[in-house]
Order: sequence, then structure tokens, then C-alpha cells
Amino acid sequence: MEYFLEVSLVGLAVGGVYALIALGYVLVYKTTRVVNFAHGNIMMFGAYFFYTFAALLGLHWALAVVLTLVASAALGAGIERVVLRPLLGRPAISVVMVTVGLAAVLHGAAQMIWTPGDFFLPSIFPDAPIIIGEMFIPSNTGYGFLVALAAILIFLVLFRFTRSGVAMRATAADQVAASSMGVNVPAMFRLAWIYAALSAAIAGIVVGSITTLNPTMGLIGLSVLAVVILGGLDSIPGAILAGLIIGWLEALTGFYLGGAYKDVIPFVVLIVILMIRPYGLFGTPEIERL
Amino acid sequence: MSAALEVNNIEVVYHHTIQVLRGLSLAVPEGEIVALLGSNGAGKSTTLKAISGFLPLENGALASGSIRFDGRDISRTPPHRLVRRGLFQVMEGRRVFEDLTVEDNLRVASYALSGRGEAPLPFDAVYEYFPLLRALHRQRAGYLSGGEQQMLAIGRALVARPRMLLLDEPSLGLAPKLVEEIFGIIRRINRERKVSMLLVEQNAAMALSLASYGYIIENGRIVIDGPAERLMADRDVKEFYLGLGSAGRTRSYRDVKHYRRRKRWLS
Ligand SMILES: Nc1ncnc2c1ncn2[C@@H]1O[C@H](COP(=O)(O)OP(=O)(O)O)[C@@H](O)[C@H]1O
Ligand SMILES: [Mg+2]
Repeated sequence: MEYFLEVSLVGLAVGGVYALIALGYVLVYKTTRVVNFAHGNIMMFGAYFFYTFAALLGLHWALAVVLTLVASAALGAGIERVVLRPLLGRPAISVVMVTVGLAAVLHGAAQMIWTPGDFFLPSIFPDAPIIIGEMFIPSNTGYGFLVALAAILIFLVLFRFTRSGVAMRATAADQVAASSMGVNVPAMFRLAWIYAALSAAIAGIVVGSITTLNPTMGLIGLSVLAVVILGGLDSIPGAILAGLIIGWLEALTGFYLGGAYKDVIPFVVLIVILMIRPYGLFGTPEIERL
Repeated sequence: MSAALEVNNIEVVYHHTIQVLRGLSLAVPEGEIVALLGSNGAGKSTTLKAISGFLPLENGALASGSIRFDGRDISRTPPHRLVRRGLFQVMEGRRVFEDLTVEDNLRVASYALSGRGEAPLPFDAVYEYFPLLRALHRQRAGYLSGGEQQMLAIGRALVARPRMLLLDEPSLGLAPKLVEEIFGIIRRINRERKVSMLLVEQNAAMALSLASYGYIIENGRIVIDGPAERLMADRDVKEFYLGLGSAGRTRSYRDVKHYRRRKRWLS
């Protein structure tokens, strides 16, 4: 039982990071109706930006974080403007294929710029593990969870309470009506991509701190896409809950059944849930537009 | 006298092939309410979309003609810019943001004032026109009744401090008593806030009681227009649009004209 709690806590901590990654998918999908297959690689770029500023240029980690956020926001805005904007009004499937292509381009670019090798990110979290009673949570996982949680809360507040967040939600609900009210819809799309890239960068720094950094890091994004579908592509609470559930299930199956099951069982659960609820836990039924 | 809004001889085509408006012209003088009447599918909404710049979003285009607002050509201005210049459309079917609260719906409309150096109309002033909305301001708009949603749709327009309102069938699907209430408020807004209006309606009697001038559209063309009192007195308008005639409503105004002409020839 004591292991169960400890394993669960570690799983939920990892799940919090999944939730942060999932949030980026949902923000873009909700606002622009694009499933962004490049999201994982945008996250990977965030981690490399941090590596460049903190390790290669030797800047203080806090400054490196700020610069990473700026660079990632620019990357998100640039992708929206150069890649997505010209596709406005095109069939959803072609737009999705373009994001798949973009993922490949980012992967190749990372290999060219930073070489395919493994790097360690400079550590930003305290070395000592977090100890709760008898339980022991590795430092990077525990603090990574706290960072992810804080980031999720900040994005929720931005989305729910700021004026631009309200306009983004209006755009998500009805683009034509939003624009009839003076909302500049393409500007809202850009904002959604910027928020997604910012959340991805934070996730990238956390994931890079927990594991190592190499150009395949973006693949995590694909398994998180399963999380997103479980939660419902257009549901923020769904993404958060599904992230926690998948992280928890992975940890439990990995511990009790062994690593081989860790990657399988959560997806079996995913498939079963989707058979009962085709739009995910909280999604709305219009997702067939995909 | 030049009108606040002038539509000149416009032709509108959807999907490069389906022609919907065929040389339609109309004008809305400053400060007045003008009614655009016609049955389902006549092209009323298309006319409003052409004015407010929404055709491209539905793969429609202005093939010819011109549209002027305050003397300036607006046929290529994107919708959000037009709103910011004071031309506000209340779309057919209300189109409230269902997941947002009533107050957040109003807040979105404040974007219409971006770059205008004017503050949005305080929500309190909106609630004076629609006291019901004040009590509901924290409700999700999706839970509102049809009438309340229509009030919210017009409330959003108020926040935007428009100079010209395009209203697309505000009475659609509402109980007669509510229709009267909404039209009363539309009249007040016109008088108190000096908002010119182009009012699209199928409820011709109600619309003409508010308007100073009316146009009747059929098949993408204006078939008759004139001062509201004259239209209300017109026999054919009475018969076909005010529901006062004896004939069924299946025939159109054009058929009547043919029929009369033929009768004249025969007699
Ligand atoms: N997006 C569109 N694509 C093709 N045809 C359309 C579109 N919108 C409207 N139409 C057609 O144009 C005609 C006029 O429609 P509309 O302007 O909505 O009429 P009204 O508002 O008077 O009921 C109808 O025959 C309708 O089928
Ligand atoms: Mg219509």
C-alpha cells in the first residue's frame, strides 16, 4: 500500500506534465480547429532554446528561461503567420497534414542545429528529492510537477479572465460572430499559437530536466495526443484530468506489471473509454469535423 | 441628401456560380430605420452579409456594384474593421456565445471600440434597456431563452456604440408579446442613441410600423419600395406581406403584377 501511494504520486506528477503538454494542443484546437501534430517538436525546440541560453551561452537559468519563452513565442507566432495563415479556409485534413510536415521539418532542423546527440539540461531544481512522510519523489519529477501546475493555472486564468482570453473563447465558439463584434480573428489565432508555444516551452524545460534532451523528444507529444483525445480535443478540464489519469496509469502498470505494459495499458484504457464516449471525457460531439 | 449607407446595383454570387442578388440598390438615411422585407430565401441575409463584409467567409463575392458607408467605399473592408467604424450587424439566429456568461458576451463586443478612443457603453446602460439581462449576467448564454438571447444579441450591439445597425430578423421564433417588446426597444435605441438601422424582417407589419421607408425584395431584386405608410396602404403589399389579403401566400408580388396586367389586357 505504501508503494501504491508513492508510485501514484510520481505518476500523477508526470501526469501533470502531460496535462501541460495537452493544454497546448487544446488551446490551438479550440481556437483554430487545427490538430497540431508539430506540438511535440515545438516543445522540443523550447528545450533546445533553454539548453542554448543556459548551457551553450552560460546565462543564469532565470534569464535563460525568460529568453526561451520569448524565442518560443516568436516561433509560435511565426508558424501561425507563415505556415497556417495561408491555409485559412482549406479542408481540415490538408491543414493537419501540413502540421505533420512541419513536425518533420522541426525534427530535421533540430538535428542540423544541435546535432542528434544527447544533452543534459543544466539543473534548475534543488538536488534533494521531495520526501513526504515515508514517500520519496525524485526532485525533477516533483518540482517539474509544481512548475507544470503553476503554468496550467496561469494559462487558465489568462484564458478565463483576461479580455483577450474572453475574445479567444468567443472565437473558439463562433468565429463569424466574434469577428462581427470587432474581434480580429487571425490575431486570436496567433495568440493561441503563442500560448501553445509558451506552454510547450515550459513543458520542454521540465521534460528535458527529467530525462535527457535529443531531437526525438518531440515523440512524447504524440503519446500526449492520446491524452488529449481522451480528454476531448476541445476541453481544457478534460486535458488536465486525462493527463493525470494517463500519468497515473503508466506509473501503476509500469510498477506492478513491468515496463513493457507501461506503454500499452493506458492506451487500452483510452480505447475502451473512447468506445463508451467517442468525444472523450469532456469533448463536444462536433469533433468529427476532423 | 447623401445617405449613411448606400448600396448601389450590387450583384452577389456564391461559389462562383450561384447568383443570389441581381442589381440590388437601397439606401439608409442618417438616423432613420429602413425595413428590408421579403420571404425566406429572397436574399435579405445575403444583402446584409454583402454590406458587413461576410461574403468571403461563405465563399461568396460581390461581383459588381458598390457599397458606401458614410460616403466611403467599404466593399473590400474586412468585417472587424467595419465594426470598429460603427457598422454593426446583429446576425440572424442571435449567435450568442453559448459557453460564455452574459457579461462575457457583452465584453467581447467591446472589441468593436478598439482604436476608436471611445469607451464601450457601460453594461449598466445595456441593462437599463434589458433589465432581465442584469439578473442573468452571470448565467451562461446557452441557458437563456430565445427572447433573452435576442436581448443579449442587441445588448452586444449597444456596447459597441454603433452608428448603423444591421438587424437580421430579430423577431425570428419569438412569441408575439416578446416581439413587441424587442421592437419597442429597437425604436428606443434608434431615437435615444441616434443609431441608423437597416431592419431585415419577415414580420412586415411590425417592421413597417417602425420604419420610415421600406424595400421589398424577391429573388435578389427590389420589387417595390417606398415610404412605410405608402407600403402599408399598398393593396399588393397588404395581400402578400401583411397577411391581410384573401389569396394564399404561395404566389409572389411579381405574379400579382402579371396577373393584373393580363386581366387588364383581357378586359
Ligand atoms: N453560403 C451560401 N452558399 C450558397 N447559396 C447560398 C448561401 N447562402 C445563401 N444562399 C442562397 O441564397 C439565397 C438567399 O439566401 P438568404 O440571403 O439567406 O435569404 P433570406 O435571408 O432572405 O432568407 C437562397 O436561395 C440561399 O439558398
Ligand atoms: Mg435570412
